[in-house]
Amino acid sequence: MSTIEELKERVRCLEAELEKSKKSSVARQKISQMSSEVVDSNPYSRLMALKRMGIVDNYEKIRDYTVAVVGVGGVGSVTAEMLTRCGIGKLLLFDYDKVELANMNRLFFQPHQSGMSKVEAAEKTLREINPDVEFETHNYNITTMDNFTHFMNRISTGSLQGNSPVDLVLSCVDNFEARMAINTACNELGQTWIESGVSENAVSGHIQMIKPGETSCFACAPPLVVATGTDEKTLKREGVCAASLPTTMGIVAGLLVQNTLKYLLQFGEVTYYLGYNALQDFFPMMSLKPNPTCDDSFCKKQQNIYQERLAAKPEIKVEEVAEEVTHEENNWGIELVSETSELELKEAEGVIPDLVAGVRVAYTTPAPQPTQEADIPSGTGDATESLDDLMAKMKSL
Amino acid sequence: MVDAGTKKALGKIPLLKTKAGPRDGELWIPRIKEEYQSLIAYVENNKKDDNDWFRLESNKEGTRWFGKCWYIHELLKYEFELEFDIPVTYPTTAPEIAIPELDGKTAKMYRGGKICLTDHFKPLWARNVPRFGIAHAMALGLGPWLAVEIPDLISKGIVQHKDSATKS
Repeated sequence: MSTIEELKERVRCLEAELEKSKKSSVARQKISQMSSEVVDSNPYSRLMALKRMGIVDNYEKIRDYTVAVVGVGGVGSVTAEMLTRCGIGKLLLFDYDKVELANMNRLFFQPHQSGMSKVEAAEKTLREINPDVEFETHNYNITTMDNFTHFMNRISTGSLQGNSPVDLVLSCVDNFEARMAINTACNELGQTWIESGVSENAVSGHIQMIKPGETSCFACAPPLVVATGTDEKTLKREGVCAASLPTTMGIVAGLLVQNTLKYLLQFGEVTYYLGYNALQDFFPMMSLKPNPTCDDSFCKKQQNIYQERLAAKPEIKVEEVAEEVTHEENNWGIELVSETSELELKEAEGVIPDLVAGVRVAYTTPAPQPTQEADIPSGTGDATESLDDLMAKMKSL
Repeated sequence: MVDAGTKKALGKIPLLKTKAGPRDGELWIPRIKEEYQSLIAYVENNKKDDNDWFRLESNKEGTRWFGKCWYIHELLKYEFELEFDIPVTYPTTAPEIAIPELDGKTAKMYRGGKICLTDHFKPLWARNVPRFGIAHAMALGLGPWLAVEIPDLISKGIVQHKDSATKS
């Protein structure tokens, strides 16, 4: 048992310790204007140096921009941190998930944040890093009806000024459903966005910039995959859903933010599709035209709008001459003959975009058939029963 | 790709024809009707084949579905609650079926208890838009998942039969 004197002494010690730890945690104050002065205390000096070096014309402009990051996981959290450190004006963060210990092989989040919502934990850390950035967080799943409407609203009015659309949407989600939801929203709003992804085996990734109507949208073709030369059949998925590496995710986040900075601050060349094959260190690059028969009606609408805009101000065309592949010698007149006709193949595979080597479609879908309603073999006819009757019938089974 | 049993059951599920999602207003109603017709036929077939394995119902908008599925292992019935939302991009993207009570118990799940589907499911679904519906997602997605995962979870002692669990 301790005496009162001992306890008093203990309290004094603890108070002194507390005072010391309070002093050691430096909180950075807000800065009203970016300065290019090179002093230890200026967090923007190295960024503003980009101006002096002639890379970026007007770096301060970054503070006027708003970026929405959808998905704050392995790629999204690092993306948000990079933009925060770059001094972006405003960030909107969307994610419905919580931080878990299983996330600790990725960057950014820390074990003591387990259980917190990812957006809440991210906002707290990011505010400490740079209090100049404005944050808006939404802890929900964007693919359900109610949330989607709200999501569309935030994208179209979420800018710093509060009444105009955000400048760019970055997709850092990990599933097809959420990507399609972002695609749907951006096609309807005519919102430019960049999609990003890391493969489930963690050894490839990509970024793809989508300007509705001008470039291929996410629904224009089946999902693209970067070929890594691993045999898909030997890919062991027993017992696990997905693998992940902090390296691949960090690299993809880096590519994504680099492209974002180039797009917003107008320097260098903006990339439309950039793949990353980690096993061979190969980076396929290309740009993709939209599919005139895209499944998304708003994509087609945006394509018309873009074509009208193009026609209004004609550009100088650079003609490309396609070289025909000829083999120098073919003494025996050997030709490749396919068992199925080209037409049959095309119909079965549908539209496949022109892809650069090293990138392929994940799967093919048949071309849209001009079928009449009667042609579709269907067991579900025009129901004579009402929906209520059907619901009751299902319940009584 | 798909086992013979699944293939046979799948072939008997009525196909749908209305390409409409929950954001398509009036068009969504015939689609929900088709979903119900197709599901009713599937459950009736299952009963006929002595392979009745789930029940589903939805909210009145047809956007949120919930119900039960069960799996018989060594003459014991293991029952689980299941749920899913119809995504705004349905039927281009399939619903993500979840069994929340198994969340965290198997690696073959995404967070929230969404089941991990095989590589075959998504291409097959994409090739059959809009003809596949909820019944097809159950037959191709949840059915095979339960058949692989539940015996495994039981053998590891992670899933216990309700009666024996209450006794011990």
